[in-house]
Amino acid sequence: MQLNGDQRLEAYRRMLRIRRFEEEGMRQFKGGKIPGPFHASMGQEAAIVGACLALRDDDAMTGTHRSHGHPIGKGAHLDALMAEVMGKEGGICKGRGGSMHLADNSVGIISESAIVGGGIPLATGCAFSARVRGVDQVTLCFFGDGAVNQGTFHESLNMASLWKLPVIYLCENNGYAITTSLAQSHGQPDIALRAAGYGMPGVTVDGQDVCAVYEAAAQAVRRARAGEGPTLIVANTYRFDEHSFGLVISGEPYRSVEEVEAHKRDRDPILLYRTVLLEEGINEESLGAVEDEVAEAVKQAVKFALASPMPRPETLPDYMFNSPLAGQYSSAAGLERN
Amino acid sequence: MLTDAQKLAPTPGTHIQMTYLEALMQAQMEEMDRDERVVLMGEDISVYGGDKLIERFGRNRIWDTPISEGSFTGMGIGAAINGLRPIVDLEFASFAYLASDQIINQASKLRYMTGGQIDIPIVFRCCMFSTGSMAAQHADRPYPLFMNVPGLKIISPTSAADIKGLMKSAIRDGDPVLVFEEKRLWPLKGDVPTDPDHVIPIGKADVKREGKDVTLIAIAGAIRPTMEAVDALAKEGISVEVIDPRTLKPLDHEAFKTSVAKTGRLVIVENGHRVCNVGSEIVAVMAEEAFDLLKRPILRLSAPDIHVPFSPSLEKDFYPTKDHIVAAVRRLL
Ligand SMILES: Cc1ncc(C[n+]2csc(CCOP(=O)(O)OP(=O)(O)O)c2C)c(N)n1
Repeated sequence: MQLNGDQRLEAYRRMLRIRRFEEEGMRQFKGGKIPGPFHASMGQEAAIVGACLALRDDDAMTGTHRSHGHPIGKGAHLDALMAEVMGKEGGICKGRGGSMHLADNSVGIISESAIVGGGIPLATGCAFSARVRGVDQVTLCFFGDGAVNQGTFHESLNMASLWKLPVIYLCENNGYAITTSLAQSHGQPDIALRAAGYGMPGVTVDGQDVCAVYEAAAQAVRRARAGEGPTLIVANTYRFDEHSFGLVISGEPYRSVEEVEAHKRDRDPILLYRTVLLEEGINEESLGAVEDEVAEAVKQAVKFALASPMPRPETLPDYMFNSPLAGQYSSAAGLERN
Repeated sequence: MLTDAQKLAPTPGTHIQMTYLEALMQAQMEEMDRDERVVLMGEDISVYGGDKLIERFGRNRIWDTPISEGSFTGMGIGAAINGLRPIVDLEFASFAYLASDQIINQASKLRYMTGGQIDIPIVFRCCMFSTGSMAAQHADRPYPLFMNVPGLKIISPTSAADIKGLMKSAIRDGDPVLVFEEKRLWPLKGDVPTDPDHVIPIGKADVKREGKDVTLIAIAGAIRPTMEAVDALAKEGISVEVIDPRTLKPLDHEAFKTSVAKTGRLVIVENGHRVCNVGSEIVAVMAEEAFDLLKRPILRLSAPDIHVPFSPSLEKDFYPTKDHIVAAVRRLL
């Protein structure tokens, strides 16, 4: 299964949307417009977009603290995402989630968990629901190499395999958990091998190659929809920036400047894919049109976000409950504060 | 909702006698009949629940899970977000600690953190096995810990009719609800309405006995020694009003104040550990909102700040007993 005609430019568009959204986000962060930490996915766009493009619109997803790429990869509108990272009322989560939790349910994201490994059971349960309800929806579960060492990974993969749940576990293996490398934290650094222990296929792909990730994910989606159960995909990728933008790491550097530069120069998934598209006969003009369109969408998102008001303090209790209890937790009741 | 009078004199044909445990099971079965999105999951539940469950609902609704509390709890949460209404049976309330990351970091928070984009209609059953030499790792009553978490509703009913009505409310609720049932109450019989829509609203306390001298608030399993103590005191002409909050989060402040306005005296009895328990919260509420109503200081009876011991000789007086309660009430008069 390969990216078809329309999808080829769409893959480029979505990767670029992630890249430009985050570049702009970092500018806004520097300008003091974005509170809290900002974890960028730059360098990891192909792993995200390749997997997302294998899904249908009604398929579900969970993500991680590095959360901007996932909704964009699944096709979310940028305005409400940008407003959310600024903590605005127009934010996708009404200013309650922020940069680490850009969950956009309109594109099927049921949550982004900033508790490392926390989203793995949720994705498994989401797939469990599809199985119980007898629908052919698939769930894609993103997590990092660090999350593989959480108990939830083991427990969830076991249950998903046991019950042949339609779920795809996609490890964005960027080689580091903050500063801790794979070798420093994995008794078996070949993560895909772990799949054998749960009786499911384990596939390793070049995570800088959007086509390769798409092919592996599409194959896993086919298996899942056919009732054949879960797949573990390990997309080997690289994070260009620090774990979190603005994070100062003092002491011994955990990776060299040369290593980072080499990846940016030779392994940038967007540059690599651009070359492929040109080789395949897509002309500069078409690519330029996509680039302009993305730049415009990001500009518009910033405009929307800056214009959106901050949430009013009296709305603090809103969204706590689906069925609030009489007189409690609503903005009308005001805050209990003494 | 039933009035006290209705409960004391059930109309023939509209109620039947059953135990607390039977009422709880019946609530689950009726709600599973009513709504096919309700599924049950937990360890060994198809066997404990009797083959009836599988026969009636099939393997697609009853899930025996591996021993993976942290993750099958999270699976239930993911399933709730994606269209089911799971009841996750954690069996021993002490195992809720293993599941607590998913309950606290995910279930309680995700609706808020997504700005209301998702709902999490899920029930967690946590049974308190307070007595019977279970020793410390199986005998905890961790409800105070979860009371400190926003976004959760917590119930702990004490009668057969109440567990049925509140369990049904919990299953029908659109938010995460923790049910702290009490093993010691399982065999207690009572009249239970046969109406399949017998639901009791979450958040409403119940006056289990009217009285005028002292108000006694009893939590969960503490209702048993409390009722024994109240009967003994009645023989001496001391009239005690007993309130069962039934819902621990949120607590029904008004019910407490209405009663204390009458009696001016308050004793709170529970089996939770002493520090930061339900009693602590009620005392704080009364101090802030109803200090003027009190004629005497409030007394709290609870388990000490010590782990539950194994030996029967140590366990015997670990929780408030009838005698402790009688003595506390006398001290206030
Ligand atoms: C349970 C938990 N432990 C620790 C942290 C702190 N923390 C945040 S991100 C992170 C590293 C995660 O690494 P990985 O899963 O590989 O994802 P990546 O950051 O590389 O995308 C850590 C340790 C956390 N958020 N949650």
